[in-house]
Amino acid sequence: MKTQTRPPAKKSGGKKMSVAGNGKPGAKITAADSWNLRLYVAGQTPKSLAAFSNLKRLCEEHLAGRYQIEIIDLVKQPHLAQGDQIVALPTLVRKLPEPIKRIIGDLSNLERVKIGLDLQLFIQK
Amino acid sequence: MRHAPIASSDVLKKIPTGIAGLDEITGGGLPAGRPTLVCGSAGCGKSLLGVEFLIRGALEFSEPGVLMTFEESADDIKKNVASLGFNVTELVAKKKLIIDQVRVERNEIEENGEYDLEGLFIRLGHAIDSLKARRVVLDTIETLFSGLSNQAILRSELRRLFGWLKERGMTTIITGERGDGTLTRQGLEEYVSDCVILLDHRVNGQISTRRLRVVKYRGSTHGTNEYPFLIDEKGFSVLPITVTSMDYKVSSERVPSGIPALDEMLGGKGFYRGSAILLSGTAGTGKTSMAAHLAEATCRRGERCMFFSFEESPAQIMRNMREIGLDLQKHVRKGFLQFQSARPTVHGLEMHLVRMHKMIAQFNPSTVLVDPVSNLQKAGSLDDSTNMLIRLVDFLRQKNITAFLISLSSGGKFLEATDEGLSSMVDTWLLLRDIEAGGERNRLLYVLKARGMAHSNQVREFLITAKGIQLVGAYLGSAGVLTGSARLSQEARELAERQAATDELKRKQLALNHRQKSIEAQIAALRAGWQLEQEEFARILAGTKQREHQTELERAAMAKSRRVGNLIQK
Repeated sequence: MKTQTRPPAKKSGGKKMSVAGNGKPGAKITAADSWNLRLYVAGQTPKSLAAFSNLKRLCEEHLAGRYQIEIIDLVKQPHLAQGDQIVALPTLVRKLPEPIKRIIGDLSNLERVKIGLDLQLFIQK
Repeated sequence: MRHAPIASSDVLKKIPTGIAGLDEITGGGLPAGRPTLVCGSAGCGKSLLGVEFLIRGALEFSEPGVLMTFEESADDIKKNVASLGFNVTELVAKKKLIIDQVRVERNEIEENGEYDLEGLFIRLGHAIDSLKARRVVLDTIETLFSGLSNQAILRSELRRLFGWLKERGMTTIITGERGDGTLTRQGLEEYVSDCVILLDHRVNGQISTRRLRVVKYRGSTHGTNEYPFLIDEKGFSVLPITVTSMDYKVSSERVPSGIPALDEMLGGKGFYRGSAILLSGTAGTGKTSMAAHLAEATCRRGERCMFFSFEESPAQIMRNMREIGLDLQKHVRKGFLQFQSARPTVHGLEMHLVRMHKMIAQFNPSTVLVDPVSNLQKAGSLDDSTNMLIRLVDFLRQKNITAFLISLSSGGKFLEATDEGLSSMVDTWLLLRDIEAGGERNRLLYVLKARGMAHSNQVREFLITAKGIQLVGAYLGSAGVLTGSARLSQEARELAERQAATDELKRKQLALNHRQKSIEAQIAALRAGWQLEQEEFARILAGTKQREHQTELERAAMAKSRRVGNLIQK
């Protein structure tokens, strides 16, 4: 197993970064939506650190003030792995806005992360 | 140089699967604490094997297990095995089993950069820890290859996963779909090298047979053949039929055949218990009737008899046998006799064999009848059916069950060789044949072979009467072998001849008597004549003497008168 460390940058998993607006199921993603992102990691590995910093940079750039990142360290909370169908790590799950999206990997390709999260809609505007 | 004894910890430990037959083939089960690969094409029963391994582990060996399923949902699995009589929900509630469905859909997942499968490790590790599990099944982990695109990562992670499971001492079954020319599509056999089991599902002439083969078992001997297996209402069962060795015990006890005259032919006591008897004959020679006699005799002794019929239905057999005075129904009612009728073509040969095995194991008969074995050819090739019968006979011998096999010889062929090539493996071979002569067909029975008994060399005529089978000594005389009415007429003719001979003798006797009498009469007549002559002679003699005396007297008187006196001496 990996060494048990706290997730990078955050004091504990699940702390809110920022809240704004309400997610409306089925509705088209608008600038008003709040973003609820979950990053599953297993301890402080280079991959999880990279994933977090990549994600945070992207969010700060495009979703400043409207996003929240929950970091779930499966080493500490292994029972959560089943619920979100986690196989590969790190896994980013976009809980809100719906639909749920998943991206696995260290998110090193930022352009593709933008596409994967439908962020490009905002960028163009 | 002396070798130190092998420490018990060095010997490969095995974990029994609890699956009927599989533990026998593998010599005790799967390698303990190591992964085993079970591969095969779709629908061959891989998943079921895995699930049953876990369920039996939990139920019979108190080894909790984790099923990680990549294809079916937990609900599907519960339903699937419920039909086999397993209550998975209860096992899950009792914390004996965890079913975790891993769903990896390529269209739901975007890959971006480096990742690993640590999530899977954590999930599995968590499940194992929460149950203190000893067994793990990954079904079918190859699905990951279709869900995730980075093959290099997947391969190295799978290698790590199997190593990790080994490190944790988990006895694991990993299932894999059969690939083109390889055991599994993704070459999992490269990673799992301890034990590989291959399942197969073959269709031959519209009849399907499931087979299992242990391809590899590192550090252990194992049966190398293909073994048929069965998935039925009781789960998975492998039949290690070809494992049977020849070290079975033999019995010198004799069992009557139900036909006293036949017992007489077999050294006076009938068949050996646990021997294999082959009865071959052409159509309509009374083979089934003979089998029914044995069945009846077995049941009458209070033993069980199982009748496998591949031609007639039980009702049909019972009705027919009632007509010849055998009440089989009574024994069926009492539970001594069990019929198993099935068309040979409903299953493959292996399946027939497997089913027979199971039924025999359940019913525990002392005699098994198969009527006819020749029909089984229809369910496979000749070689296959021979093979199957050899295994059946071996199995029955091992259980000391008397096997009575009926073989229908096709007309026109050399009778003293069976199509099935069974002749060399049976102990007693009875041959029924009919001969056509004088406008009728008659049945003949003879004992072609009877190992270990002084058997009669005589051909008997075989009659089916309302009181069962009767054996009559066939006519064996100067006119050849005669049966039926030819025998009867020959016998009548002989009787007449004997009668005539007696009459002739009597007549001669009479003539002789007559002759004696006539001779005696002649003797009497002669004697009477002789007597007459004798009397006449006596009379003449007396007359002569009288006359001489008279003459003397006259002479003396004359001399007296002539005074010659002294000259005449007197």
